[in-house]
Amino acid sequence: MSMQIEESPTTTGDVIQNYTINFGPQHPAAHGVLRMIMELDGEVIERVDPHVGLLHRGTEKLIEQKTYLQALPYFDRLDYCSPLCQEHSYVLAIEKLLNLEVPERAQYLRVMFAELTRICNHMLNIGAHVMDVGAMTPNLWVFEIREDCLNFFERASGARMHSAWYRPGGVHQDVPEKLLVDIGNWLDNRLPQLFGDAMSLVIDNRIFKQRNVDIAVVSRDDAIAWGFSGPMIRAAGIPWDLRKSQPYDVYDRMEFDIPVGTNSDCYDRFMVRVKEVYESAKIIKQCLRDMPEGPIASTDGKVSPPSRGEMKQSMESLIHHFKLYTEGFHVPEGEVYVATESPKGEFGVYLVSDGSNKPYRCKIRPTAFSHLQAMDMMSKGHMLPDATAILGAIDVVFGECDR
Amino acid sequence: MTVLHSAPKIASNEGVLDVLSKALGEQVIASEEKHGEILITVKRDSINDTLKTLRDDHEYQQMMEIAGVDYPERAERFEVVYMLLSLTKNHRIMVKCSTDEATPVPTITDLWPNAGWLEREVFDLYGVKFAGNPDLRRILTDYGFEGHPFRKDFPMTGYTELRYSEDEKRVVYEPVKLPQDMRTFDFLSPWEGSDYVLPGDEKADEEGGEK
Repeated sequence: MSMQIEESPTTTGDVIQNYTINFGPQHPAAHGVLRMIMELDGEVIERVDPHVGLLHRGTEKLIEQKTYLQALPYFDRLDYCSPLCQEHSYVLAIEKLLNLEVPERAQYLRVMFAELTRICNHMLNIGAHVMDVGAMTPNLWVFEIREDCLNFFERASGARMHSAWYRPGGVHQDVPEKLLVDIGNWLDNRLPQLFGDAMSLVIDNRIFKQRNVDIAVVSRDDAIAWGFSGPMIRAAGIPWDLRKSQPYDVYDRMEFDIPVGTNSDCYDRFMVRVKEVYESAKIIKQCLRDMPEGPIASTDGKVSPPSRGEMKQSMESLIHHFKLYTEGFHVPEGEVYVATESPKGEFGVYLVSDGSNKPYRCKIRPTAFSHLQAMDMMSKGHMLPDATAILGAIDVVFGECDR
Repeated sequence: MTVLHSAPKIASNEGVLDVLSKALGEQVIASEEKHGEILITVKRDSINDTLKTLRDDHEYQQMMEIAGVDYPERAERFEVVYMLLSLTKNHRIMVKCSTDEATPVPTITDLWPNAGWLEREVFDLYGVKFAGNPDLRRILTDYGFEGHPFRKDFPMTGYTELRYSEDEKRVVYEPVKLPQDMRTFDFLSPWEGSDYVLPGDEKADEEGGEK
């Protein structure tokens, strides 16, 4: 953090002017490359002007140059803490345009891994938030859980983070039986134990509460007007969860509760995420219990590629394979906006198709954009160190915010 | 059409389009329901009134997103699309208007505070101006960036590149130099899509004209 002090307040008798300081772009509590120009009156924040876009890579422009299938891995690289949830919005948008049926097992797998991603994401955010306000140990513990999740992703898709595992019409590959058994055991033993231990250090901790309770209180009306979503709107006491109100895949068959806050401060946002971890675990257990056998990708040969073995045997499959991986499939003309509940809130994809094999326009609605925009409103009148707590509770990732 | 996909299910669209087109009256240019999405095209100058009516009288409390789209072949080449969400009715609609490079679109920052950044983004990437937005700066591109990169006529590679110069001990901006041409493969089937123009083909047309 660099400081520009116009006049030293300790040596001159002049009126002390407001400081303007640069928070970031390289600051460990900025959760990435965020530059905030802060105007301070002593240690009290008067104004915040977040400068975003330092990680802008033109993802949406790149997507316009790729076929629908080639564009999928870009979504892992947006919010790199919850890759599979971003893919979820995108594949659902394509399926909506194609009106493509997805086999049940694939829907269960997608829901299950979306929830595993949610746990994985919340572990990073909870740990980082706790560390931002001064505690070291819980972060190390919850990262153990995150590591487990990443190992599960690796066993399913072959990649720890950028899985690129969802496909229009299903998922790329089936999971091994042993993986499902291991996830079940993990949910019963390791997760509640490790997470419970870590949270017992934090939840009732005096210092943690002093740093978070009553910080950045946002009223219900403000939360709606500023376009909040996800844990941010739920902490404001509005039970709005897209998984419940606008269910996609098999979420309508899942039984789970929506935790809401009462006070709408940073502590509530934190607690909503903590409770969501347990709810996600509940959903994964139901998926494991109910998941049927069957195909894991659409049986429509014009959209999902044939299996490797089939491709080597059948001429028609070989043609399909070749066509899908060169030209790709064509998507009917039209435009859709599909939003799913990513761990951070509403992650939407506005997809415009002109009937060709490439998206004409793919607008990504990042969750962080609305939340970070309210940073000025939320941090006005708070102390400088509160800014890190507020940022931590927003759960912002710049890959997604800047695209 | 039977719904086969498993994308998010919202409250039924039935009757919504009639009610809204009646309520908005003359402001509506076109409205359609396609792929399960309600899409209302309204006059540019009345976009603020339209969205205010939708927010206050029809319970679309949240404005989730503003998207710009570029259609270079149209007279008014840009479309600005607003995604509205109703928390009480559990429903979504899209409202859009069109504009060109010079004509500004009325801002909606007075209706939703989060429109500020979203309009800035459309301005930055497409060059659409928003009349009344108090803070219409660039947002995603670099400080001092020129041009609007998401326009269809803006090249993928851009015009400038930057690197750290050891001689000058600072980051320097230079025109893009590609060691190899940008490769774009056209995989569209020649029977269905692409119109391939081979080098030399244009001569055939010229000669054809003389004959």
